[in-house]
Amino acid sequence: MNDNQEPVLVCKDLCISYYTRAGEIPAVVDFSLTVKPGETIGIVGESGCGKSTVAMAIMQYMGANGGIKSGGITFKGRDLTTLSEDQLRSIRGSEISMIYQEPFASLNPSLKIDTQLMEVPLAHENISKDEAYRRSVKMLTDVKLPDPERIMASYPHQLSGGQQQRVVIAMGLLSKPSLLLLDEPTTALDVTVEAGIVKLIGDISKTFGTSQIYISHNLGLILETCDRVFVMYSGEVVEEGTINSLFTWPKHPYTHGLFSCIPLPTADKNAAPLTPIRGQLPLPFERPSGCYFGPRCDHFERGLCDSAHFKMENVDGGAPDHRVRCLRYKNINHVKAQPGGTAKKTLKIGKSVLTVDRMKKYYEVKDTSLTALISGKRIRHVKANEELNFTAHESETVAIVGESGCGKSTFAKVLMGLETRTEGEIRHNGKNISKISVQDRSTKQIRSMQMVFQNPFDTLNPSHSIGGQISRVLRKFGVETDKKEIFDRVMTLLDTVKLPRDFYFRKPRQLSGGQKQRIGIARAFAGNPSIVIADEPVSALDVSVAAAVTELLMDIQRKHKTTLLFISHDLSVVRYLSDRIVVMYLGHILERGTANQIFAPPYHPYTEALLSAVPIADPEVTKRKIVLEGNLPSAMNPPKGCPFCTRCHRKLGDICDNELPAEQVVADRHVIKCHIPLEALKKVAPVIHVPDESERLQQQVAV
Amino acid sequence: MTTQSTTEMPAVGYGAAILRAIKSFGLLRESWVGMIGAFLVLFWVIVAIFAPLIAQFDPNASIQPFAKPGMVAASGSTFWLGTDHMGRDIMSRIVWGSRTVLVYAPLATLSAYTVGILMGLMAGYRGGLVDDVLSRISDIILSFPVLVLYIIVIATIGASGFNIVIAITFASSPGIMRIVRGLVLDLRNRDYVAAAQTRGETDWRIMLFEILPNARGPLIVDACLRLGYVIITIGVLGFLGLGLPPPDPDWGGMVNETRQMAMVFPHMTLFPCIAISSLILGFNLLADGLREISLRD
Repeated sequence: MNDNQEPVLVCKDLCISYYTRAGEIPAVVDFSLTVKPGETIGIVGESGCGKSTVAMAIMQYMGANGGIKSGGITFKGRDLTTLSEDQLRSIRGSEISMIYQEPFASLNPSLKIDTQLMEVPLAHENISKDEAYRRSVKMLTDVKLPDPERIMASYPHQLSGGQQQRVVIAMGLLSKPSLLLLDEPTTALDVTVEAGIVKLIGDISKTFGTSQIYISHNLGLILETCDRVFVMYSGEVVEEGTINSLFTWPKHPYTHGLFSCIPLPTADKNAAPLTPIRGQLPLPFERPSGCYFGPRCDHFERGLCDSAHFKMENVDGGAPDHRVRCLRYKNINHVKAQPGGTAKKTLKIGKSVLTVDRMKKYYEVKDTSLTALISGKRIRHVKANEELNFTAHESETVAIVGESGCGKSTFAKVLMGLETRTEGEIRHNGKNISKISVQDRSTKQIRSMQMVFQNPFDTLNPSHSIGGQISRVLRKFGVETDKKEIFDRVMTLLDTVKLPRDFYFRKPRQLSGGQKQRIGIARAFAGNPSIVIADEPVSALDVSVAAAVTELLMDIQRKHKTTLLFISHDLSVVRYLSDRIVVMYLGHILERGTANQIFAPPYHPYTEALLSAVPIADPEVTKRKIVLEGNLPSAMNPPKGCPFCTRCHRKLGDICDNELPAEQVVADRHVIKCHIPLEALKKVAPVIHVPDESERLQQQVAV
Repeated sequence: MTTQSTTEMPAVGYGAAILRAIKSFGLLRESWVGMIGAFLVLFWVIVAIFAPLIAQFDPNASIQPFAKPGMVAASGSTFWLGTDHMGRDIMSRIVWGSRTVLVYAPLATLSAYTVGILMGLMAGYRGGLVDDVLSRISDIILSFPVLVLYIIVIATIGASGFNIVIAITFASSPGIMRIVRGLVLDLRNRDYVAAAQTRGETDWRIMLFEILPNARGPLIVDACLRLGYVIITIGVLGFLGLGLPPPDPDWGGMVNETRQMAMVFPHMTLFPCIAISSLILGFNLLADGLREISLRD
């Protein structure tokens, strides 16, 4: 990074609008950005804030109805807005590359990797095929893919998601671009895979000197990859600055609000609840006059903030390139980024409600291949769940953590009675329910165990009104029978989930994602259940909305003393809200214990890797980096010994490959399934290091 | 955020449903293709309803053979579209014939849809053996040329309006089943279906209340197109002599009876043909319009 060098990209006072039948929609307003060579810029914001539109505008690829209204984009001295389609084609893919969110959608499934990679240099440079092949193999080695020759000869479906994304990144880098645009490149990947990709992206500018623009909604990832960060809200940048100054001293109330929405590994749900930003992102044509964030801001001052739109200004006494769009930032005294709500009452954990005892779930798969016919093994088993043991108590939140394919959703299905278990027992309030499928369960059993689903756009039936759907649950569960009573009950439920009462008449498509998820929660709690299973209820929501929904879930749980089974892959959310954690991998429980036990040594090596992969949006917290090699093995053909042996960084040797480890009891209800002796595991240093007060002071003096 | 306003009980009932239907029909105005279609269909519906007022002659009465369009009858009325070889007024026959088409075509389509939807829901939602059996049955039916099926069915049970409905149901429900099955295979994996399962709803309730309403978009468009095909089918059956027994007016039958004279007296075949094609065109354009609107939303 050299300040004297000519910038790669300059966006000046950019305004981008979409033109629809409803009229002009200003998507991005007054956007200025300078990217120096080798610099990584992060753009962070919630969905609909215009961050992808900026990327598309830089590529000059906005579709028929989008257009740049004013301002300019200068790339290496050339104004991109004035170039012809032909000139743009020679820049796209060669000087500016883009990497999209879903790797499997970016690769052509019917072409081999070598064809797709070699195409890049062949199209832009006049070189031979051999040279192109050689260069592609070298690039695959540079993005740390093992065995590049084999990958070159594969089709995309033969690679895992992480490998595919590495191939896409290699493709983007092949033409030696000056600028790489990354639009949420890891959102579709698992956490441990994400950690590897993030490390790779962080190394790109060092190795290749490429400038990058990294678009994400995750502040933690931005912290790990970028030099400077732009925070966008409702189409405009509200704050920009270097990682260090912006993360340490956020000035804009919105930036500050974002930080308070993210659970940090230090946070506890009772002592310091999350403080969600109230209200919703305004639609582009409903933006208020003056500050767009005004209606949701706690520091809003009538007559000042809503009078006229204002420009970014340099922060007084801050770093020279720390700029903010707020008139009152000097008067706002932000407390250091501790999620700071008022403390809530700690719940007393009650009696045992659910016991899972050596439960197994195998799916049968008929193998029709010729080899199977010859060997006689016609039926194979997908071992989705293998010997699950754990208990959940009243008012307790038990989190089930694991990456995709670990069997956590299968477990939820068995619990709900949508599938029946192969072996073992599940006891709910002392009654064995493992053999009773949902059709045969009594209404009482059904209503005492309900579920909140993952996808907010799928959880409500689009054909029926909100009121109708909640009323149906009440009627079905026999909570009320009289029409008037049911109606009153729905109103109470809408109040409970903090939604306006006239939502009764709305159709799901008139609701936002967060509102739909609230209705989903209302529906699950309608019959006063004793257990609620929440399958990644907030993973599809924006951070500020997710925080509000999480808090709501916690509040209702407190009121009803419900046992919450929280299925998730996000360890920071899990740490925040759960009392106990169950870590699953390939159908096995590798570790289980209280949240504190899981987050401190002794760890299972897999837990250790998961913890290391969690992006943390706090520059003071330091982590030990552990990047797992290889891919998740198939559940059809799991390793003979320890399920984690193929990727373990602490593998002992043959014993791991050949023998299933026994459960080692560390303390009461804290169990680790590993061959490594407990004494050795106890000596492992903590992965996440949070500085205490004295260290913090020392650091600030040093700065 | 919470408004504590006293929200009244909702106004539910048929009145509200009809109002909603009219409202969604108003959307059609945005597609001029759909408007033309709707206009054509509406024209024939009005003609069928007011047939006794529009037709000046008894459709089966033999008055004056081989009259050219525009000739004046002895009674003083005009044969606007001429008469056929048996002296029957063509316009009156077309007007009365529209009743046949507009009663039996929707009836047959509705019946085919009822059977097809039920089969498709069963096959798609239950899967397994039910799916195998239903799919193979529909494969067998679909492997016959449609015309052969009609001839076999009508020849076995005889030609009448009701039997036309049965024949069309038999021949087109497998196709409808295929469409519904495909839609159900996608919709059954939605979370709201899982939510219904976990609250212990019966399979039929899930199929009819949770899945079917969400498949309505493609089904309504297909129904409009299929209505057009059914009109052609009724015409073809009439032409083959498998339609309504004579002498009742039937558009296909009218074409059949006069086709040998088509070169000399073109009006005898031309006007029934125009009637058939304008109605089919109407339904097809309406389907296009509906598809356009459903894609836009």
